[in-house]
Amino acid sequence: MAAGSAFAAKSVDFPFPGGVGEREIATGFPGKGAMVLQRTRPPLLETPFEVFDQGVFTPNDRFFVRWHYAVIPTSIDVESFRLNVHGAVDKPLTLSLADILAMPGRIEYAAVNQCSGNSRGFFQPRVPGGQWANGAMGNAKWTGVPLKAVLDRAGVKAGAVQVRFNGLDTPVVAGSPDFMKSLSVDHARDGEVMIAFAMNGKPLPLLNGFPVRLVVPGWYSTYWVKMLNDIEILDHPDENFWIKTAYTIPDTPHADMKPGQTGVPMVPINRMVPRSFVTNIREGAKLRLGNPVTVRGIAFGGDSGVAKVEFSGDGGQKWETAQLGKDEGKYSFRRWEAHLVPRTTGVQALMVRCTNTAGVVQPDTPNWNPAGFMRNVIETTHVSVL
Amino acid sequence: MTIRTVAGVLLGACALAWPLAHASAGAPPAPALRSVSVQLPVSKRMFPGGAEAAPANANCLTCHSAGMVLNQPSLSKATWEAEVKKMIAVYKAPIAEKDIAPIAAYLAATKGTD
Repeated sequence: MAAGSAFAAKSVDFPFPGGVGEREIATGFPGKGAMVLQRTRPPLLETPFEVFDQGVFTPNDRFFVRWHYAVIPTSIDVESFRLNVHGAVDKPLTLSLADILAMPGRIEYAAVNQCSGNSRGFFQPRVPGGQWANGAMGNAKWTGVPLKAVLDRAGVKAGAVQVRFNGLDTPVVAGSPDFMKSLSVDHARDGEVMIAFAMNGKPLPLLNGFPVRLVVPGWYSTYWVKMLNDIEILDHPDENFWIKTAYTIPDTPHADMKPGQTGVPMVPINRMVPRSFVTNIREGAKLRLGNPVTVRGIAFGGDSGVAKVEFSGDGGQKWETAQLGKDEGKYSFRRWEAHLVPRTTGVQALMVRCTNTAGVVQPDTPNWNPAGFMRNVIETTHVSVL
Repeated sequence: MTIRTVAGVLLGACALAWPLAHASAGAPPAPALRSVSVQLPVSKRMFPGGAEAAPANANCLTCHSAGMVLNQPSLSKATWEAEVKKMIAVYKAPIAEKDIAPIAAYLAATKGTD
């Protein structure tokens, strides 16, 4: 069990099928505390799972980090930074940070930011890519201006179809496809998609996209472009590599397919699906027969709120409805709690299942796809009852 | 008081237009943004294995640290070959023709399933 240990762990060993789960805990990254080191350059840093037991908001210095290319500006001058808006607009804009901060209609909401490949290390058979456990996600209160307000100021022309976002990071090798993501014009103008300048009330850490990043609530993190400095309104569908080829999923229920299966239609990854986790009891923990235990954790609905969390202490035979904590908004993590009295000795499987307000429920079998995206199977924590 | 009331009415309108907006005490505050300058850690980790690892050390570390590869699970030789080819075709990694097969062979030997 995650006892509040006074000493810092130096490594963690994730129980990935087939192994290679050992990771160093690193502390040397700017704006970051102890993080699971997945890759130094460009940084891939995972949130240690015990952080999720501490509350529904993930502290900025423990929030996961993921960059595609190693040329990341290490200095940002807030006076000279500009966000350009151009393309199929009436009036191209060049906005300073002061311009963005002065815009009316500022908004703030909680939203989960989750990597498309969160939990990839648990795929079976294993697939190449960042070998994340479950910590490539976080929940923060984001503050900024609606993207719609910026687009309206520029005046999106009739016939525009997509809005493309680019950040200050660039590839090491010339000719690599610059990292850019697009949303439909309607999605971009929904009033929720945000250009965020604050995260949990503070400036974003540089590694999370200082000074501004896109926030696309309910959608995977790949769309939440960091160090956002360029918005291009397109009058044609975006066919860039990062939309057309990378970050695509099988167009099937649960983005599921068979290893080696061919001819599966692929689409860009999009809305998130519900997930839930036990956070206060670790895999392999020991519980005492007959001793009541409070089990708690977090859940999120994906692209909609949490309607229900159910807990099973017997491997999924019986389910009981968990008590939900404070509602911080439909895109937020939500705390849940259940009570368990172990009645049988031996290894027991604790399971948790979230249903979102759209009626989508976590599946009881894991999905598989070659990129390791969109895992949301019901999580199981094995404990030994003595 | 009057100003407060007017502000309250405006906030109400905002709350309707933006259901997610924080509507308790005016516009949510913005933190002061100050210029930042940081240093990112550097990895000294190399691919292990001496001469066999030399082509990987000479090529792969240009774009990413070795940990990315060493943290991968065991994968088939075909998968490793595809990864190396992807680095060249998509990411334009300047890997010499003569190094392609040795890199794939090294990866398949050290982190392979076949």
